[in-house]
Amino acid sequence: MTAPAPAPAVPAPAAPRIRRREWLHILTRAARTPRGMVGLGLALVVVLIAVIGPFVVSYPPLAFVTVPGSPPSAKFPLGSDILGRDVLSRVLDGGWQLLLMATGAMIIGVVLGTAAGIAAAQLRGWRDGLIMRTVDVILAFPQLVFALLLVSILGPARWLLVLAVGISHVPQVARVMRAAALDVSERDFVKAVEITGVRQSKVMSGEILPNLITPLMVETGLRLTYSIVIITGLSFIGFGLQPPAPNWGYMINENRIILTSNPWAVVAPAILIAILTVGLNLFTDAIARVALGIERAEKIIAEAAGTGIVSEIPA
Amino acid sequence: MTADVAPAPPVAGAKQRAHPVARLIWTRTALGLVTLFVVSILIFAATQLLPGNAATAVLGHNASASAVRTLQLRLGLNKPPATQYWDWLSGVLSGRLGTSLANGQSVWGLVGPRLLNSFVLVVLAGFIGAFIGVGLGLFAAIRRDKPVDHALSVGALAVTSLPEFVVAIFLVIIFSTVLLHVLPGVSPLESNSGALKPWQAPKELVLPVAALVVVIVPYIFRMMRAATIEAMESEYVEMAQLNGLSRVRVLLRYAFPNAIAPTIQVIGLNFLYLAGGIVLVEFVFDYPGIGQGLVNAVADRDIPQIQFIVLVLTAFYIFMNILTDVVTLMATPRRRVPR
Repeated sequence: MTAPAPAPAVPAPAAPRIRRREWLHILTRAARTPRGMVGLGLALVVVLIAVIGPFVVSYPPLAFVTVPGSPPSAKFPLGSDILGRDVLSRVLDGGWQLLLMATGAMIIGVVLGTAAGIAAAQLRGWRDGLIMRTVDVILAFPQLVFALLLVSILGPARWLLVLAVGISHVPQVARVMRAAALDVSERDFVKAVEITGVRQSKVMSGEILPNLITPLMVETGLRLTYSIVIITGLSFIGFGLQPPAPNWGYMINENRIILTSNPWAVVAPAILIAILTVGLNLFTDAIARVALGIERAEKIIAEAAGTGIVSEIPA
Repeated sequence: MTADVAPAPPVAGAKQRAHPVARLIWTRTALGLVTLFVVSILIFAATQLLPGNAATAVLGHNASASAVRTLQLRLGLNKPPATQYWDWLSGVLSGRLGTSLANGQSVWGLVGPRLLNSFVLVVLAGFIGAFIGVGLGLFAAIRRDKPVDHALSVGALAVTSLPEFVVAIFLVIIFSTVLLHVLPGVSPLESNSGALKPWQAPKELVLPVAALVVVIVPYIFRMMRAATIEAMESEYVEMAQLNGLSRVRVLLRYAFPNAIAPTIQVIGLNFLYLAGGIVLVEFVFDYPGIGQGLVNAVADRDIPQIQFIVLVLTAFYIFMNILTDVVTLMATPRRRVPR
């Protein structure tokens, strides 16, 4: 009951001499700021619900168990949905796929975008132009529209959605990483390594990439947040995960009609999505503030806007 | 065609070379047109030329062979890809957009009225959001670290990055269904008759515009606040203060012009965002704009409509991008001087 944990009284020792795992260092420092703590906490709560949820459902999420649109009761704490399925069970089971897909899209976007950005910065000249102009073409599409375009003919296959959303992130990531990499590639130690005749690909992965930790972390956070926004949005209009399997996006849409009889069928998934995106955003914010300072972080997050275009995150 | 043609307007500071603003407009427009051309190829390829057959995708796998043949002929799928693309592009450029596969009406007749509706939505949301964001940002910067500032900043933080459809749904719950019944949750505007113009039904515009405003204000607010604070800490503002200028004058004459440039860029980015953001918001409120039209067209696999709407959205995106750069440059005098 009491458990007076003595540990947190002692703050972490001063910054270690060599920060081998700089990303871990930034993460822990971000998690200790009030903003980061709240953000991480909110996001973790939703992730836990999504991950543990499928194992603790009280009714099969697809089973019709009661009168459609009935309000919360002892047996059905969040009431039933438009077809008489248990809302709580569907909420518990409706998140993990969204999270998996969003993570996949984020990874595709960050990896491809980083590769493109670093290559453009290091190779210079016509190859830089070619890469960035190619990327500009994708940038001309609003991200959701880009995904819709691909889905319209190929059909809403899950891998395709992940790929489409991932590719739609590439321009933003590539722009940021290119700007940061240009900065790094000017430094003496990179020049020195280049003179020794090391292959370009090795310079990029061995010298430039390790110095882009900060923009990489901020981008990872931003792209994960926007992946969730886009994928839940696509699911909301029925082009993401296909019913009848539950997912938070589509649940909001299909239960809109019974909003007056059982609002929880809409409110519960909407609140979870809101908490998740806000939490992730707060934590990303905290990372940017820790790594870049408050003023720069404010501007970067403001620039990211809904378009996700950030002109520069310093290395 | 490209960078070097613009004659230098007689502006002080510009010598024999083109004025940077004019040069920027020319190069960006040229580049924008090239991008739009490539984008149009991409749109066309994604909808009509993908492996697998567009006709089968439209009709489903159970369609009879003759039905597929008929549709293939109608879409021109039997012609070589380059010819198909040329037919489509020349059609778009000359205003012949073809007919919808879903109901046989002309694509322009279906999309035209929607364009106007969406335009009204984007302009209203964009400008209202810009004014609120700039105003609040300025206000918070003046009251820096006071309770008001903290309240506004926390509020902005809480709303930043909320998905627009979630905001829209909460607005519906609060104002038109569960809690209150003061505003209509769906729009009664008709999509194709165009009988009722959006400004004739202002009440129906409130919630869709509000949803978009809520999404864009935090970004504009945060940039304006950060930029104003940065300007207020600069040496020229300190100098102005030491010279005994009034607070209002220091703020409006010295800090504001320097804070507004980066904010204009963010406002521009938010107009870009609106091009995609209208899709879900229009869907939630049944607002007959091109966003809702796109969702319907994708559901119907109505290729001619999809192609045209996506082309319009990307053209808007590219145009707004150029406009944002130009206005940002104009608002940043030190970058206007020819190098």
